Amino acid sequence: MSGPTYTREFRDPAVAQKLLAGLHALVAAAGRAMTFMEVCGTHTMAIYQHGIRSLLPASIRLISGPGCPVCVTPIDYVDHAVALARRPGTILATFGDMVRVPGSSSSLQREQAAGAAIRIVYSPLDAVALAVKNPAAEVVFLGVGFETTAPTIAGAILQAQAGGVGNFSVLAAHKTMPAPMAALTSDPELQVDGYLCPAHVSAIIGAEAYRPLAEQHHVPCVITGFEPIDVLQGVTMLARQVLAGEARVEIQYSRIVKPEGNRKAREILDQVFTPADARWRGIGVIPDSGLAIRDEFASFDAARRLPVVVEEPKEQSGCLCGEILKGKVTPLQCPLFRTVCTPEDPVGACMVSSEGTCAAEYKYGGG
Amino acid sequence: MCLGVPMRVMSIDGETACCEIDGVQRQASLMMVDEVAVGDFVLIHAGFAIEKLDEEDAQETLRIFRELIADGVFPE
Repeated sequence: MSGPTYTREFRDPAVAQKLLAGLHALVAAAGRAMTFMEVCGTHTMAIYQHGIRSLLPASIRLISGPGCPVCVTPIDYVDHAVALARRPGTILATFGDMVRVPGSSSSLQREQAAGAAIRIVYSPLDAVALAVKNPAAEVVFLGVGFETTAPTIAGAILQAQAGGVGNFSVLAAHKTMPAPMAALTSDPELQVDGYLCPAHVSAIIGAEAYRPLAEQHHVPCVITGFEPIDVLQGVTMLARQVLAGEARVEIQYSRIVKPEGNRKAREILDQVFTPADARWRGIGVIPDSGLAIRDEFASFDAARRLPVVVEEPKEQSGCLCGEILKGKVTPLQCPLFRTVCTPEDPVGACMVSSEGTCAAEYKYGGG
Repeated sequence: MCLGVPMRVMSIDGETACCEIDGVQRQASLMMVDEVAVGDFVLIHAGFAIEKLDEEDAQETLRIFRELIADGVFPE
């Protein structure tokens, strides 16, 4: 292969060794422990996949927070999706991760086996194309994800509107990022010394969005890329801030993230969505931490367009997903992990989602 | 879910670009990015270019890495 990829170059083991040597030297003299939290499923996966925990100095602990969108989606959303999948004449389009998440009494996978029309798509634009191709059906897209993904769903709604596509709608459960980080910082049971801020969420919202977290809660924040060298650099930058007694927002991932973020993407997002309170699995309701479809776009809101009866939510008992999402418990402390709950037969969302903490622990173990 | 892949823009037709990396090609909407030209790297997520990659910045970082390996100095 020739030419840069801007991914491979950031996996060079020789560079990683140098960075690690520097980090070990930096913290050796400090004699204090530090706990850093990442809040992005893609970070969770990168850290496990590259075995980064085992390479870090013993005094640095990395924990995973509520960064997997599928995992933080409450069970009644899955139940709502199941109810829509059962609706005659409906095609449900979704990113792949949602299909196996258990609801109160069913899952989309089970509904598909029972005959429901469920299509896995790569882009919300594929769902709009599906609606054009199937004019007699109602196509519902499951809108989950943080600020990285939400503008793409807004873009798809705008494209459907411009193209006069009247049979496309979205069941929206988008979440937004800085609010839960502030909520976790205020939790007296959790001691977070710094945040590895999400890479691509920050490409949209920018570094400025984390400033209140750094200034009011005095937590260092470093926007960090997803390659192993990015993570090692991000951890080093956090350790430096902690040792200097600082709490600032820094951008490690400067090849993509600008201080002001992507204004155009935020305009598209704001055109279609408005901030709303949202319920996070394991954490509860956090004010203004979600996105609701604006009234002007009500005809693209599946919840308003296609009323269905949704069953009473019933959480699985014994599953510690909620505590794992807050970083308070590791998968190994859950009695169901690897016994009752496995990737083949998952109990909780953290095991279902390919980027859930339990799935990562199961696959890569101990990384 | 927030995975994004840097890809090079090969051609542009209206608001849609054809992008390529390692022989893999894909169409992407340019709705969210300004002033993208053929040859630029963009970050692709769910069928949209969500940001332009700053090649100058990335090359500078890679230059620092090369120096780091060459003389063993930890970068400040």
